[in-house]
Amino acid sequence: MISLKDIAFKYRSEEAYALDHISISFNAGEWTSIIGHNGSGKSTLVKIIMGIIEDYEGEIYVGNELLTEKNKQRLRRKFAIVFQNPDNQFVGATVEDDVAFGLENLGLEREEMIARTEHALGLVNMLEFRSHEPHRLSGGQKQRVAIAGALALQPEVLILDEATSMLDPAGRNEVLSILWNLHEQLDTTILYITHDLTEIDHSDKVIVMNDGSIVGEGTVEEIYRDKEMLERSSLKVPYTVEISNALLDGSFVTHDELVVRLS
Amino acid sequence: MLSSMLLGRYIPGDSIVHRLDPRAKIISVILFMIIVFFANHWVGYSLLILFVLSVTKLAGLSIRFLFNGLKLIFILLIFTFLMHIFLTKGGTVLVDGGFFTIESEGLITGIYITIRLILLVVITTLMTLTTSPIELTDAIEKLCRPLKALKVPVHEIAMMMSISLRFIPTLMDETEKIIKAQSARGSTFMTGNLKQRINALVPIFIPLFMSAFKRAEEMAIAMEVRGYQGEEGRTHYRLLSWRTRDTLALIVLVLFGTLLIFVRQ
Repeated sequence: MISLKDIAFKYRSEEAYALDHISISFNAGEWTSIIGHNGSGKSTLVKIIMGIIEDYEGEIYVGNELLTEKNKQRLRRKFAIVFQNPDNQFVGATVEDDVAFGLENLGLEREEMIARTEHALGLVNMLEFRSHEPHRLSGGQKQRVAIAGALALQPEVLILDEATSMLDPAGRNEVLSILWNLHEQLDTTILYITHDLTEIDHSDKVIVMNDGSIVGEGTVEEIYRDKEMLERSSLKVPYTVEISNALLDGSFVTHDELVVRLS
Repeated sequence: MLSSMLLGRYIPGDSIVHRLDPRAKIISVILFMIIVFFANHWVGYSLLILFVLSVTKLAGLSIRFLFNGLKLIFILLIFTFLMHIFLTKGGTVLVDGGFFTIESEGLITGIYITIRLILLVVITTLMTLTTSPIELTDAIEKLCRPLKALKVPVHEIAMMMSISLRFIPTLMDETEKIIKAQSARGSTFMTGNLKQRINALVPIFIPLFMSAFKRAEEMAIAMEVRGYQGEEGRTHYRLLSWRTRDTLALIVLVLFGTLLIFVRQ
């Protein structure tokens, strides 16, 4: 689906590479998580994919096409992104205006916009809030609107850049369960960027980043087992994983399974 | 007091006034501003008052509610009233207090001018009370479209207005948070002389500006990745629809203005 070949980037004021010649590929229909602590390069990576940073080295392939100056407008339409701060990405005056914002930019017919807006709000269970103003919504609800705004663009890849890190636990669960549903039922391709290991459970593939390099790559189980690598990358192994390691002789279980087994 | 203040607020509703096209409302308010000056004696003013009261009723708002919400403004208007009473001369002397006199001309102009100002405040408040900010910006954008020929960036201005309006509550919350944070660090805002109080505002405004700039940058990125490239090739989700009732409202207003010209003396 997307592959990055040998991507490198250096911020002007700095000596070290923010991204040090990395290659990754994401598959369609999969949930890929990129995890790393602050400053590990994961957000720089997103900026490069989204075209916010343009003077990078290396090549990006979307499908089989190389991303170039000419086709970048068209190819980038295949990605939609939800950022961290729920307030700073809410453009519209109401929920439906915000979802429709991206569609207005595409120049769609009004009927099409209404249909897509309704459909997208339905997917995130926000249809009843359609005429609400942003300051009357919780953080979790605002992020759900942002997801709807991204989905309305019918992207091939939905990118979430620390989308839950500013939410309270309830809002975080709200957003995560919506994403799990989307992924399971509609096969939405998800690229999930986080610094929190407890959020990667549903990933098909996990990529661990540290200091601009990829230090680990594999399934959730493989990543959880490589405790030493996680600690080197300053990532905290979730408490539940520690418990299952201690109690269940190291056999891997997800959080949900652990609860079942313990009870 | 501030929370009951009605200036610039919007109260959702489903009255006939709410449902009028925002463009019709803006044009009506402008027309009304002109019409108000047609009245020059009590019949005209009574008609104007009656008119504004009926619009208030049609908007489903109570007069008491409006009055309470605009109290602050009315207090300001008392000053203009007093100015006229004491400074406009002519007619018979009503009160002779030695160093000041109140004359009949002054009393009458004072009353009329105050009524005029009250009516203008009430009618514009009725407009903002019954029209959501987004509808207003949409209407302004549409009405100002001809200015594009003069290279006025109408769309950009409207976009800026609607985003600013959307950020008011967010920045209010933020200001409150910063005030609390600075108070917790020992800042005091309510004591000391004027200079000290102004100085105390610096630690509020600097963080507020910093965060506003950060927000603006993130907002710009969020808009860009959602394909915003200015007005070119953009369609509109919101549709303003001009109906018969909007035309009717304007006709009623024009007829009312004509009536006022007839009762002039």
